[in-house]
Amino acid sequence: MMSHAVEINNLTKDYEVGFWRKRKVRALDKLSLEVERGEIFGFLGANGAGKTTTIKLLMRLMYPTGGSATILGRDIGDISMHARIGYLPEHPYFYDYLTAREFLEYCAELFGYTRHERKRRAADMLSRVRLEEKSWNKQLRKFSKGMLQRVGLAQALVNDPEVVFLDEPMSGLDPIGRREVRDLIASLRETGTTVFLCSHILADIEVLCDRAAILQRGRLAHAGRLDELRQLGGERGMEITVVGANMPELEARLAGIEGSRLTASPGGARIEVPTEKQVDAALDAVRASGARLVSVHPVGNPLEELFVAKVEMNEGQEEKK
Amino acid sequence: MSEESVIRQTGERAASSAVVAASGTIPRVLAIARNTFREAVRDRVLYNLVLFVLLLTGGAIFLGEMSASQEAKIIVDMGLSAILLFGAFIAIFVGVGLVYKEIERRTIYAIFAKPVGRGEFLVGKYLGLCLTLLVNVFVMGAGVSLALVYVRGGLDPLAWTIWPAVALILMELMILVAVALLFSSFSSPALSALCTFFIFVIGHFSADLKIFAASLGSDATRAFFVALYYLLPNLSNYAYINAAAHGQMPAPDVFLVALIYGVVYVAVLLAAATLIFNRRNFK
Ligand SMILES: Nc1ncnc2c1ncn2[C@@H]1O[C@H](COP(=O)(O)OP(=O)(O)O)[C@@H](O)[C@H]1O
Ligand SMILES: [Mg+2]
Repeated sequence: MMSHAVEINNLTKDYEVGFWRKRKVRALDKLSLEVERGEIFGFLGANGAGKTTTIKLLMRLMYPTGGSATILGRDIGDISMHARIGYLPEHPYFYDYLTAREFLEYCAELFGYTRHERKRRAADMLSRVRLEEKSWNKQLRKFSKGMLQRVGLAQALVNDPEVVFLDEPMSGLDPIGRREVRDLIASLRETGTTVFLCSHILADIEVLCDRAAILQRGRLAHAGRLDELRQLGGERGMEITVVGANMPELEARLAGIEGSRLTASPGGARIEVPTEKQVDAALDAVRASGARLVSVHPVGNPLEELFVAKVEMNEGQEEKK
Repeated sequence: MSEESVIRQTGERAASSAVVAASGTIPRVLAIARNTFREAVRDRVLYNLVLFVLLLTGGAIFLGEMSASQEAKIIVDMGLSAILLFGAFIAIFVGVGLVYKEIERRTIYAIFAKPVGRGEFLVGKYLGLCLTLLVNVFVMGAGVSLALVYVRGGLDPLAWTIWPAVALILMELMILVAVALLFSSFSSPALSALCTFFIFVIGHFSADLKIFAASLGSDATRAFFVALYYLLPNLSNYAYINAAAHGQMPAPDVFLVALIYGVVYVAVLLAAATLIFNRRNFK
């Protein structure tokens, strides 16, 4: 059997803080999770949850206080495995005296590619991340944050990695840039690249990922397929919009549906029911009252509710202590 | 994605890994060294050469009054001393920032996520600065030679007999870079610069330390100074400026001893710096 792309076992990290009296702060607490090959795995958590800490431990930029992890079946202490992975740091900053092209060629050189191959890959990657060609020969010190983010993505992919770790890849990008990066990450699925995607923005994870883990204050709160996580968030309500309704009659017919709510709107009405199962009954009421259906929408985002609820719950517990 | 396409992709990766020419330690170290040199050039570290030339020309005009042979002696003395000081300045101030700057600006994050060992990185940075110094020292040495030819109105033996002394200066600077790198692997740049400068100064008197130790009564203090003598770089091995001004060249064995001592000393310092650097967390 092929090993997992990433396997994390009880990974723990304490930071030492304070100058005179050092005390330890636990940033990551016994994190265990597995990432399958070929999937886009979302690593979701609020700011300070420990996402960057986790990635830095995996990249061997820091050493764990406890626990272990493997990437592509090799221990994270085995640096030669780095030939097969890529990493985009959070708020990336690179050698500002190099041009984008030189920097990518340098990165490719560190992987041992021939001169010809280095040039080819640098040009390939820069066009793949849609950096305008006129910027290729500009020094990185003149780059905007969004452009640096693209260069960062390019260097993370320069070796066609089997697993790529992206720490907040959409930060610093404008809406068009976000969409382009989103498309780029989605395109990695076609090449079979495993993506470990860190973000504190739910929407990014939601549209891209097969599975996700939610990290809270250094602890794993949830992990699973996105649809499973959505269900954990609880039942989602539905909103029905109608026009031409006879309000008193509609109200009478909806009375039998538990928890339903009717609100008049210009020219029509909005009906909210707390669960999906009640939609049919509500639609019957709409038809019987002679109103015309405009739309049926889910209300709210259960994943977001899960994400937010968890944060609040944890904070509540923290305060009780 | 289908099973089949995963296999196809894996196949493509295997094929693309064939273009990896040389993925050994040495090509990586050389790549890092080359990039460090490029950084020094673009950060205008070589601009000091302009200052050096101005100094030399100014000195030559000022010396116009003296006899030609005395003039030549002073040019060598002054020129080689300036090479040492300019070089030491670069070795210390660029040296302590070599690694610190990369940590501070977080440029190492992307580098260490590639198959680059921490020791490889240190040695690459070290060699890159040494290459910068080599170019600097060579150009400054050539400047002194040319100045000699100019004041003597023709070829003077001094124009080439100074070169072994110039080579010794370069070796001394290479030791100094290693000292700066070692300090900066665990302390701040300012403190590292101060300590390296301190070692640069007492390194020249280290032979005196041994004599001083022998004159001491108490065993403990004697042991301390003897230890210090062996620990500190013996930079008097490389002090050949005065002799060079008198047209003397170091004997081959003196030169060889200095070379071997330098290589061993640098290797030990780099190994120690790697040990310390290996344990660091880049928070
Ligand atoms: N260098 C550091 N020193 C001390 N504490 C740190 C350091 N870096 C991060 N932390 C703490 O560790 C926790 C996790 O941080 P981080 O991994 O950066 O979170 P995220 O990437 O999810 O926003 C935070 O509480 C943060 O304050
Ligand atoms: Mg972070």
